[in-house]
Amino acid sequence: MEQAEPEASPRLGLDIDRTVQTAAPDFVGDAVFEVEDLNVYYGDFRAVHGATFTVYKHEITAMIGPSGCGKTTVLRCFNRMNDLIPTARVEGRLDFQNVPIYDPRVDPVEVRRRIGMVFQKPNPFPKSIYDNIAFGPRVTGMAKKKSELDDIVEQSLNRAALWDEVHDRMKDSALGLSGGQQQRLCIARAIAVDPDVLLMDEPCSALDPIATARIEDLMQEIKNDYTIVIVTHNMQQAARISNRTAFFTAQLDSTTDQRCGLLVEYDRTETIFSNPSDERTENYVTGRFG
Amino acid sequence: MAKARLIGDRTSKVMVQAMERRSTDVRGLVFQITLLVTLLISLFVLGVLIVDVVMDGWGILTGRPGGFLSGTMRSLSDDPQLGVHQALVGTFWIAVFVAVLAFPIGIGAAIWLEEYAPKNRIARFIELNIRNLAGVPSIVFGLLGLFLFVKHLEDVTGGKSIASAGITLAILVLPIVIITAQEAIRAVPQGLKEGAYGVGATKWTMIRSQVLPYAAPGILTGTLLSMSRGIGEAAPLLLVGAVSGRLGSNPGFLDLSAINAKAFMAMPVIIVEWVQNSGRDPGFAEAAAAAIVVLLVFVILMNAAAIFLRNHFEKKRG
Repeated sequence: MEQAEPEASPRLGLDIDRTVQTAAPDFVGDAVFEVEDLNVYYGDFRAVHGATFTVYKHEITAMIGPSGCGKTTVLRCFNRMNDLIPTARVEGRLDFQNVPIYDPRVDPVEVRRRIGMVFQKPNPFPKSIYDNIAFGPRVTGMAKKKSELDDIVEQSLNRAALWDEVHDRMKDSALGLSGGQQQRLCIARAIAVDPDVLLMDEPCSALDPIATARIEDLMQEIKNDYTIVIVTHNMQQAARISNRTAFFTAQLDSTTDQRCGLLVEYDRTETIFSNPSDERTENYVTGRFG
Repeated sequence: MAKARLIGDRTSKVMVQAMERRSTDVRGLVFQITLLVTLLISLFVLGVLIVDVVMDGWGILTGRPGGFLSGTMRSLSDDPQLGVHQALVGTFWIAVFVAVLAFPIGIGAAIWLEEYAPKNRIARFIELNIRNLAGVPSIVFGLLGLFLFVKHLEDVTGGKSIASAGITLAILVLPIVIITAQEAIRAVPQGLKEGAYGVGATKWTMIRSQVLPYAAPGILTGTLLSMSRGIGEAAPLLLVGAVSGRLGSNPGFLDLSAINAKAFMAMPVIIVEWVQNSGRDPGFAEAAAAAIVVLLVFVILMNAAAIFLRNHFEKKRG
C-alpha cells in the first residue's frame, strides 16, 4: 500500500532527504523519528535522561515502563505537545524524517498536523460526530468544498471502524457515544488530517477488553499507512501489537536526588519479552518489578 | 475449634447485632440542622425585605403602574405625574455602556491572562491587582469618574452625563467581568485544547473553536451578574453627577442625545433621592419603595435572560 509521500513543507525551509537512512543494526525501513540523547525538563526537574532510539516507518513502537518513567513525556515530545507546559524544556536531538522538530524555524502547528495524537482519556469535542472529524480538515484548510469534507469524514470513520455504527447519526453529539466509540472517534479525528504518524498515549486504559480488542485490531489495520507510537501500561498489549518495544524505568538521579526517567532497553518486541539483555527489563516484563 | 467458632460468630449473631446497631449520628444531624438554619436566616431576611418593599409600594404599583413608569421627577409626592421614566432611561443607557465597554474589554483581558500571559511574577502581580480592584469600594470609582471623565474629558463625555456615568460603572464592573470570565476559561478541559492542537489547530483557532464555546455559558452568567451589580450602584453615580430635584428633559429610551446631556437620573439615585425627600414629604417613601420594586424587576429580568442564554449555550455545548 503506497501512501502519498508527504512533501517537505516550504515553511520549514529545510531539505528533507528521505533516502538518508540510519545505520541501525537491524535496519528494516525508513527512520521516522531519530532520538539522540533526549533530555526533558520540567523546570529544574529532569523527567527524562538521555534517551536514544529510532522509530521506524510502518511499525508499531511501544513504550512501556512503570509510572513516572517518562514514557508519556517522550511521546509528547514527538509532536511538541509538551510546548503547552510552560516550564517544559527539551534538549538533545529529535528528528522527524530528518527535520529537527525543536528547531526554532519549525512551526509546531505543522508538526502536530503531521503527527497526530490519541489521548489516554477519549476527548471528543462537545460537537456533533461530523464536526468532530471535520474539525481538523477545516482548520488546516484541507477541504474547500462540502463534498470533499464529506468524503474525508466518511473515509476517516471507515478506517476507524466506526462508520457503520454512526453513519445515520452524524449530527448527534459525540458525547453520546460509548467510551470505546469515543476513542475510535478520536482516532478517526486524528486520521482525518492525514498525518504520517499516530501517537497514542495509553489509548485503551479507559476501555473494556472488547473495546480494547477493537482498537488493537484497528491499529494493526492502519499501521500499513501510518507509523504508530503507543505508550501502554499493559505489557500484554505491547507484546500483542508492537514491532518494537522501548522499556523505560524511573531511576534515582544521584546528583539531584530526584527520580528521573531512563530508557533502559530498546529492541524488537520479541527480544524484549523473550530475551532481554538488561536485567531490569527482564524483571519488569516477567512481573517481578513494577 | 477456635477458628471455626470465630467464623460462626462472624456470620451469625455478632455480625447481625453489629450491623443492626444503627444509632443516630447526633453530631451529623446537628451539623445538618445548623446548615439549614443558616440558609433559612438568609432567605428570611431577603423575604422580609421584599415583602416590606412591595407592601410599601403597593399603592402606587397597583394604583397607577403605567403612570409611574412613564412619569417624571416631581417636587411633590402626590403629583400624579410623579414617576421613574427619566431614571429608567438613565439606567438603561448606563447598562448599554457597561455591556459595550466592560464586556468585550473584560473578556479579552481574561482570554489574554488565561491563554497568552506568561505564568511569571508580573502576570501574577497583575492578577492580584485585578482581584483587589474588584474589592475596591464603589465610591472610589466614583471619584475616578469625577476626576477623569467629568473634569478632564468633558469635551468627550459632556461632563456630568450618562456617558461619564456609564464609563465609570463599566470600569467598576470590569475587574468582576475579568475574574468571572477567567474562571470560566480556566474550567475548559485541557483534553479539549490538546485535542484541537493535536489535529493542527493554531492557538487562535483552538481558542475560537474550543475555549470560547465551552466557556461561553460561564462567561455570560458572570458578565450579566456583574452588570446587575453595576446598575444597582448609587454611590459613584452621585459623584459623577446624577441630578437631584427636578430634571428638565425627559428623553425617550432611544434618544441618543440623552447620552451627552448635562443632566441625567438613574434608578438607584432616584431611590436615594426619594428616601431623603420622605423626611419633608412622607408620600415619597411609597414612591421610593415602588422604585425599588421597579429596579428589582429590571435586575431579575436581566438575570433571567442570563440563565436563559446560559441554558441555550450549554445545550449547544452538548
